[in-house]
Amino acid sequence: MSVVTDFERSAMESEDQRENWSGNASTSHVVEPGALDLSHNVILYLEDITVSFDGFRALNQLSLAIDAGELRCIIGPNGAGKTTMMDVITGKTRPDSGKAFFGQTIDLTRLTEPQIAHAGIGRKFQKPTIFEQHTAFENLELAMKADKRVRRTLFAQLFDDDRDRIAAVLTQIRLDREADRPAGLLSHGQKQWLEIGMLLMQEPKLLLLDEPVAGMTDDETERTAELFVSLAGKHSLVVVEHDMAFVEALGGKVTVLCEGSVLAEGDLAEVQEDPRVIEVYLGR
Amino acid sequence: MRLPLPRLLCACALVLAFLVAPARAALDEASLAGLAGDFQSRLDTIEALGVAGGEDARRVLDALEAGALGVAGGRAVIVQGESVVAAANGEALALAASAVETLTVNNRVRRALGTARAALALASADRGERLAAARTLADNAGQSLLPLFERALANEADDEIRGVLARAAARVNLSSADPAQRLKAARALGESSDPAVKALLAALLEKQGDVWVEPNGEVRAAADMAIHAIDRRIATAETVGTLFSGLSLGSILLLAALGLAITYGVMGVINMAHGELLMVGAYATFLVQGLFRSYLPAYVDWYVAAAIPAAFLAAALVGVAMERLVLRHLYGRPLESLLATWGLSLVLIQGARVVFGPQNVELANPAWMSGGIELAAGVVLPWNRIVIVGFAVFVLLLIWLMMQKTRLGMFVRAVTQNRAMAGCVGVPTARVDTLAFAIGSGVAGLGGLALSQIANVGPAMGSGYIVDAFMVVVLGGVGQLAGAVWAALGLGIVAKFLEGWAGAVIAKILVLVFIIVFIQKRPQGIFALKGRFADS
Amino acid sequence: MRTPLTLRILHSTPRAGWIALAVFAAITWIAVPVAHAVLAEAHPLHLSAYSVSLLGKILCYMVVAVAMDLIWGYAGILSLGHGLFFALGGYAFGMYLMRQIGRDGSYQSDLPDFMVFLDWKELPWYWAGSDSFLGTLLLVGAVPGLVAFAFGWFAFRSRIKGVYFSIITQALTYAAMLLFFRNETGFGGNNGFTDFKRILGYSITSPEMRATLFALSAALLMACLVLGRYLVTSRFGRVLAAIRDAESRVMFIGYNPLHYKLFMWTLSAVLCGLAGALYVPQVGIINPSEMSPANSIEIAVWVAVGGRGTLVGAVLGAGIVNLAKSWFTMSFPEYWPFFLGFLFIAVTLYLPDGVVGLWRRLRARPAAAPDAPPVPTVHRDARPVSAARSSAKDPAELPAVKGAEA
Repeated sequence: MSVVTDFERSAMESEDQRENWSGNASTSHVVEPGALDLSHNVILYLEDITVSFDGFRALNQLSLAIDAGELRCIIGPNGAGKTTMMDVITGKTRPDSGKAFFGQTIDLTRLTEPQIAHAGIGRKFQKPTIFEQHTAFENLELAMKADKRVRRTLFAQLFDDDRDRIAAVLTQIRLDREADRPAGLLSHGQKQWLEIGMLLMQEPKLLLLDEPVAGMTDDETERTAELFVSLAGKHSLVVVEHDMAFVEALGGKVTVLCEGSVLAEGDLAEVQEDPRVIEVYLGR
Repeated sequence: MRLPLPRLLCACALVLAFLVAPARAALDEASLAGLAGDFQSRLDTIEALGVAGGEDARRVLDALEAGALGVAGGRAVIVQGESVVAAANGEALALAASAVETLTVNNRVRRALGTARAALALASADRGERLAAARTLADNAGQSLLPLFERALANEADDEIRGVLARAAARVNLSSADPAQRLKAARALGESSDPAVKALLAALLEKQGDVWVEPNGEVRAAADMAIHAIDRRIATAETVGTLFSGLSLGSILLLAALGLAITYGVMGVINMAHGELLMVGAYATFLVQGLFRSYLPAYVDWYVAAAIPAAFLAAALVGVAMERLVLRHLYGRPLESLLATWGLSLVLIQGARVVFGPQNVELANPAWMSGGIELAAGVVLPWNRIVIVGFAVFVLLLIWLMMQKTRLGMFVRAVTQNRAMAGCVGVPTARVDTLAFAIGSGVAGLGGLALSQIANVGPAMGSGYIVDAFMVVVLGGVGQLAGAVWAALGLGIVAKFLEGWAGAVIAKILVLVFIIVFIQKRPQGIFALKGRFADS
Repeated sequence: MRTPLTLRILHSTPRAGWIALAVFAAITWIAVPVAHAVLAEAHPLHLSAYSVSLLGKILCYMVVAVAMDLIWGYAGILSLGHGLFFALGGYAFGMYLMRQIGRDGSYQSDLPDFMVFLDWKELPWYWAGSDSFLGTLLLVGAVPGLVAFAFGWFAFRSRIKGVYFSIITQALTYAAMLLFFRNETGFGGNNGFTDFKRILGYSITSPEMRATLFALSAALLMACLVLGRYLVTSRFGRVLAAIRDAESRVMFIGYNPLHYKLFMWTLSAVLCGLAGALYVPQVGIINPSEMSPANSIEIAVWVAVGGRGTLVGAVLGAGIVNLAKSWFTMSFPEYWPFFLGFLFIAVTLYLPDGVVGLWRRLRARPAAAPDAPPVPTVHRDARPVSAARSSAKDPAELPAVKGAEA
């Protein structure tokens, strides 16, 4: 697990890069370019977020806080707003109202997707989204933490320690033997792992994982749970999952979403006892 | 197909005019005496003949025009072959034709003759003739015609002709010596929408040296108000005219874009040969016209109606062939479909060139589609464009009914939204594709039919419309009929207003810039699907 | 350890590629100029002025094809407006050529003939600096580059993709064509620029000048190939292909696709502009019909015929189609549109990877190992059409970058 570089180092490194990205967002008084401010030990704040599509409220005054280093599971019936919430956090969807902060100072509602990625949020999609025409190795290379502006990428080179890092992640996600195969030819579970690997290469502080074990075998699921638990602490993780066994294996705090807002929060056991949760979700 | 209301009204007016037409007195010698006088008195006499009216006056004027009117012994006579008759009553005279000095018809005489004839025509039974006559007289009337106007006004029932006559009288009165008359005239002229009248009034408000052309201040004020009224009327008429040409351009764009919206919505295929389907429809119309001319010349005016199914079917057949032979094999590869259909369009254009020749073919508007409604001087709404707007509405209605009320329409909508799912629940997607393509192409054929009535029909006619049609689809949002309608009308009207302001080319460029800017705000078009599903 | 850039450029093209380039250079820099300018006209190996111009013209087209391939084949953005950038470069150089006519025009005026004809008294402001050769060289790249940059910025920023983008580019070139057709625009209206006399004082019709322009076109083509090769094998090229295949993933790992697309798009336009500038003196005329949508879409067909996503394919395609065109238009002008039309259809239906793909397939067939993965074509027809709006995401849209490197 030594691949995952430690938290402090990556925070320091990202500092000089971010000033290139925060550009037009720096005008607001709440947004100041610079490192992630974790002074209150909270990495993600969502407050009263509302998103509607043609009158349908996908998120309804959703409030949520994730602590630094926490592993949080989000569950909820279909249409509860889980994916929309991730869209808001990663800048894909702009909320109609409400606040979304990364740490104390970074206003997520004002940044673009690449800026948010640079700030330190990585996202895994529900459907594995990888570069099918590129090899597994190249997929990781592209995701690797680096200066991702055109000017740098044009002259970018792979150095030996880059190769080592990629090789280590490939081993970690058990794709070392598939390194040079086009990613499109991998199995569904392998694609999921590759996408998780890409997230690791990004060295984010917060990982958003949308149904990461869908399509995995039991064995793979178990190993994924182990990996996530080992990441928690250094990273903060938000996992959306339907697989209760997996949620249980992760063992973190659980938030139940329903109709766009938080219904219940607590340990899995606690939540499972909650009559409202049983009514809308578990008891059906 | 339609007997317009104005025509019915005018038929009534015609009967009425006939009933109240006064009996004409026979000419007496004295009224013709001026013909033997000097040149000016001859002109006056000719005009007076027209004002007097009656069969005899017409006979004299006919003779004058034929060069048979002459003077012999101080008396107006008409030469009829070898014999000579008196001009006044047609009684035979014992004179040799050679003894008659015929009147020469020069330009001034011809003008006087024209005025006289127009004056005669004011009593005509035909409304169109009376209206034309009133307009002719209004343009160059003098004091001498005033009694005529007053008499005609007393007998005229048609509002439009009355208006023209009243304004003509007012124009004459504007140079009256009586300020009260002038004031009345200036006020009356405020009803006009003719730029020439405006110029006339404006002349009153000028100063020659220190002296006003019009000495009376009250008259000047009235003239000023009248000018403003005319300006407003002209501006309104022009705005309406521009709106209408925008509407008709929008209708054409809509016809061109409707089919495209269907095919693109269903199959995600940009059909670059869509413009050529317009061309196919137009040539089908041309062929139908040829058939009517050869076999049914009596009904040639109705060839357009018969061309509706022909244009639809011809274009639909070509469309189905395209879909079956080419596009079917390129599903899911939109960019390549785009290239392949462009290739098809090259083939179709060249094919038309080989079959019909490179020149434009000649298509005649049926009689009932020619002419138009005149809103004001120079602003005409042509019938063919009015019909096209109506036709576009009709086609739109049909398509809307098909999409909303039939099973096929439901299938088409289903495939547009989610092809895979539609296939899973048993929609025969392949057949829906073919049918949708046939309908989309057929509608393009109808667009070609409409286009053939207002534009040139030639092998390359479609290529000019394809870019615009795509702009409509882009602007309207994919698979959105309502979007296409708004976008087409909006683009048509905006383009026409810009054209009036900046010229056609700049207008086109501005419209393009507008679309690019618009897409910044609404990347998915006016009627975008929102939410997670709109994601690309 | 950092490798110097020159070395990396050198490595990006394989040895066979360098040998081919050397042979190409020998032919275009030595053999053709000698055959045209040195050998007497009676000599059996003499190349006529017509042939040299034709070949030079095709070389320029090849540059355009490479530029097109970079943006279409590798970035998945089909432009139907590249003719505009080509023409803009041509017009920029044409302005210089018009000024070089000096007082040798029909009206013996300092102004170009068409301006005298329009009764203009002085040059419009945007002709300023057109008499400077160096200034013109700058404009030749800068004008198409700026137009492309401005347009691309708006288009990519609002995430216009796939067929939408293609159609908008077509509208762009169409609008520009209408603009240039106007006499008032100040670029000669319908007739454009023609009757050129000289460049830098040397006669434009002399064999030496022809040979020089030809050799320069060849040099530009070779430079484009080397540059293109470097780009597509660099990480930049991989990001570009990644944007083509899964743009949202690229954004969420921190690349800004706007900048990448914009860079490639602008560079492609600049290359087209340079090609246009070399094209105009060789054919002796530039007019607005170069901007017609049909011309731009033909460029796409060159690339498709040769094989998208391979630089060699683009060059081959431009050569094949244009040689066929000049043969057809001499022998059967009537049938050229039919041929071209059917070529469009046949290539898209039966040769999705173009001539290069066909050749590869033929070569691979006898040696096909049982477990060799059929990489580039595997997803081609598997995708449901409902995703058509997201065409740029479709991996099947374009053959792999890997394929190009193989």
